[in-house]
Amino acid sequence: MAEIVLDKITKRYPDGALAVSEVDLQIADGEFIILVGPSGCGKSTTLNMIAGLEDISEGELRIDGQRVNEKAPKDRDIAMVFQSYALYPHMSVRENMAFPLRLAKVDDATVQAKVNEAAEILDLVAHLDRKPGNLSGGQRQRVAMGRAIVRSPKAFLMDEPLSNLDAKLRVQMRTSVSKLQKQLGTTTVYVTHDQTEAMTLGDRVVVLRGGLVQQVGSPQFLYEQPANLFVAGFIGSPAMNFLPGTLENGALNTPLGTVTLSDRIRRLAEAANAPRELIAGIRPEHFEDAKLVEGKPGGSFTATVDVLESMGSDKYAYFTVEGETATTAELDELAADAGSTDVPASGSSIVTRLAASSGAVAGQPLDLWYDSDKIQLFDPASGKNLTYTE
Amino acid sequence: MSESTQVTAATTPEPAPAKKGKVPLSEGKRAERRLGLWLIAPAAIVMIAVTGYPILYSIWLSLERYDLHFPDQQKFIGLANYGAVLSNGYWWTAYGVTMFITIVSVIIELVLGMVLALIMHRTLVGRGLVRTVTLIPYGIVTVVAAFSWYFAWNTDSGYLVGSESAPLTSTWPSIFIIILAEVWKTTPFMALLLMAGLALVPEDLLKAASMDGANAWQRFTKVMVPVMKPAILVALLFRTLDAFRIFDNIYVLTTGQNDTSSVSMQTYNNLLKGLNLGIGSTMAVLIFISVAIIAFIFIKVFGTSAPGSDDGGKR
Ligand SMILES: Nc1ncnc2c1ncn2[C@@H]1O[C@H](COP(=O)(O)OP(=O)(O)OP(=O)(O)O)[C@@H](O)[C@H]1O
Ligand SMILES: [Mg+2]
Repeated sequence: MAEIVLDKITKRYPDGALAVSEVDLQIADGEFIILVGPSGCGKSTTLNMIAGLEDISEGELRIDGQRVNEKAPKDRDIAMVFQSYALYPHMSVRENMAFPLRLAKVDDATVQAKVNEAAEILDLVAHLDRKPGNLSGGQRQRVAMGRAIVRSPKAFLMDEPLSNLDAKLRVQMRTSVSKLQKQLGTTTVYVTHDQTEAMTLGDRVVVLRGGLVQQVGSPQFLYEQPANLFVAGFIGSPAMNFLPGTLENGALNTPLGTVTLSDRIRRLAEAANAPRELIAGIRPEHFEDAKLVEGKPGGSFTATVDVLESMGSDKYAYFTVEGETATTAELDELAADAGSTDVPASGSSIVTRLAASSGAVAGQPLDLWYDSDKIQLFDPASGKNLTYTE
Repeated sequence: MSESTQVTAATTPEPAPAKKGKVPLSEGKRAERRLGLWLIAPAAIVMIAVTGYPILYSIWLSLERYDLHFPDQQKFIGLANYGAVLSNGYWWTAYGVTMFITIVSVIIELVLGMVLALIMHRTLVGRGLVRTVTLIPYGIVTVVAAFSWYFAWNTDSGYLVGSESAPLTSTWPSIFIIILAEVWKTTPFMALLLMAGLALVPEDLLKAASMDGANAWQRFTKVMVPVMKPAILVALLFRTLDAFRIFDNIYVLTTGQNDTSSVSMQTYNNLLKGLNLGIGSTMAVLIFISVAIIAFIFIKVFGTSAPGSDDGGKR
């Protein structure tokens, strides 16, 4: 168990690529921390630097207060779970899990006891004498976890450990990983590009973009108070809706019409010196079928439902709103990461989450309401959230 | 399984009943198999003509008394030639020399080849140049290389020996020079085969081993070698079979003098110099059997996957 501190850690690859830039992070003992971000943002690089598999170009890495920059991986007492599982194909499950203990010259009886204990926890007892090649994906994943936990390391590092599993298994394993971590109380750094994993697993989430830390905080905090456009668009599924807007005398003008902002937001915007032209963000759940809302302050508009997805508990209604679309570098990058650059934007597309009792019908116009107190305003130039409060 | 029953079964509408628990093949599978046989037929016929016939012919010759100096005494004598060869001291000396050269040179080649392979695998700068340079010895014709070693160790011209000593005129120095020439020549080939094996070891596996606490040597012995074992065994098999038939280096360096003759040299001497077709063929057949035994040991005992078999080695 350990506290891990990243002090202005920078990684520059020999070919000149700056993969990670001045990352500052304090990981408390026993904390479960998630590194999340789009592909190529430097998550694996950061993890590998903590592991000792990559040299640190600049900055200092401290484990339990001790500088470990120069220590070899084997001397850092950290276990890692790889996306590919990296199980030794020539060893049985038992030998795979025993490997770190054997290298540490632990006596035979202890090795057996520890392996059996881990197998018990991970439900692998029946498979101990099989070779990894004959196991299912989920079983292999558990063996990889087993190999990490047997020697009770100071910390676990996991690089997208669940991304090779199918959707259902991933959900199951997500819960087991979370439970296991709680049970063992070992400091864990977990890399993922799946924002659902990020939201559900960690105590804190670190959002990275292009090697820079965008925001660090609890999943709920990141969801409610994203520091900038990138975090706002990255966290949450379906993503936040972004619309270009102009701010005039406390009223916001967007393709959805004009809405009077709540006092709270107006004050925040003033304090942040909000420019006239900005980007407004509204989460899908802050829309509602206008018929179901009474007397709450907010804006309203009418649009035709393009697609309606009923999830049982609620309904997702998709609209297209004519007019300008919000474009910034951040939003383009997010769109590219989500693979939705191909949508020809003749207008902004809007996702809304409506109550199950909504009478929305695909292809029919619908009156919609949105909560004017939940609108977030972003500076299009810097991407900063103008309504951010600590 | 007999082809004819399959063909008749194909014409009956119902699937043929499974014999001895064999699953009856589907119509498509059978057609595919027939097509496969047709497609390999030309190659198989050529193979039989150019290898099968000579093999059978030498086996036949080995059972005859047939010396071209006395052609009229040709006669079928059963296994008498085998008795003659196997009770002959020269043959066994040659056999011992061959085995010694094979084992020692293959071991040295394996170690050096592995070192070279690791260097080539790890080199980041000038990779192409490093590989080209390493492969030069393998690209040189064996006889040419053998002659340059001969001139290097020869008493008159040799730049590796003093004018007094003559290593190529006594047994052990000669054998070690032969081994040196062999190793120099074929280590690059070994390195190439091993490098292909190294490429099969996933980078993540080595990273995982470092995380698990393995140092460089442990990573090599406990992860790399076991994972690339199939490639190592194939390389060893190829080299052992090759080394066992060593001929040109010995022919050039010592012509088999001073008990440095290999079995191939002996065969050559009897067959083409002595013109004794019976004894020569017997030796050829014995080499064939030895080579077959080596291959058998490698494949059955060590579980080498024979080149071309689909399963990547027995685990
Ligand atoms: N060995 C390397 N040499 C040079 N550049 C590298 C190397 N490895 C990674 N990079 C670069 O560093 C950046 C970060 O890479 P990294 O592997 O950390 O991304 P990631 O966040 O893990 O992405 P993914 O989600 O795709 O795994 C990328 O731009 C990548 O091109
Ligand atoms: Mg990665």
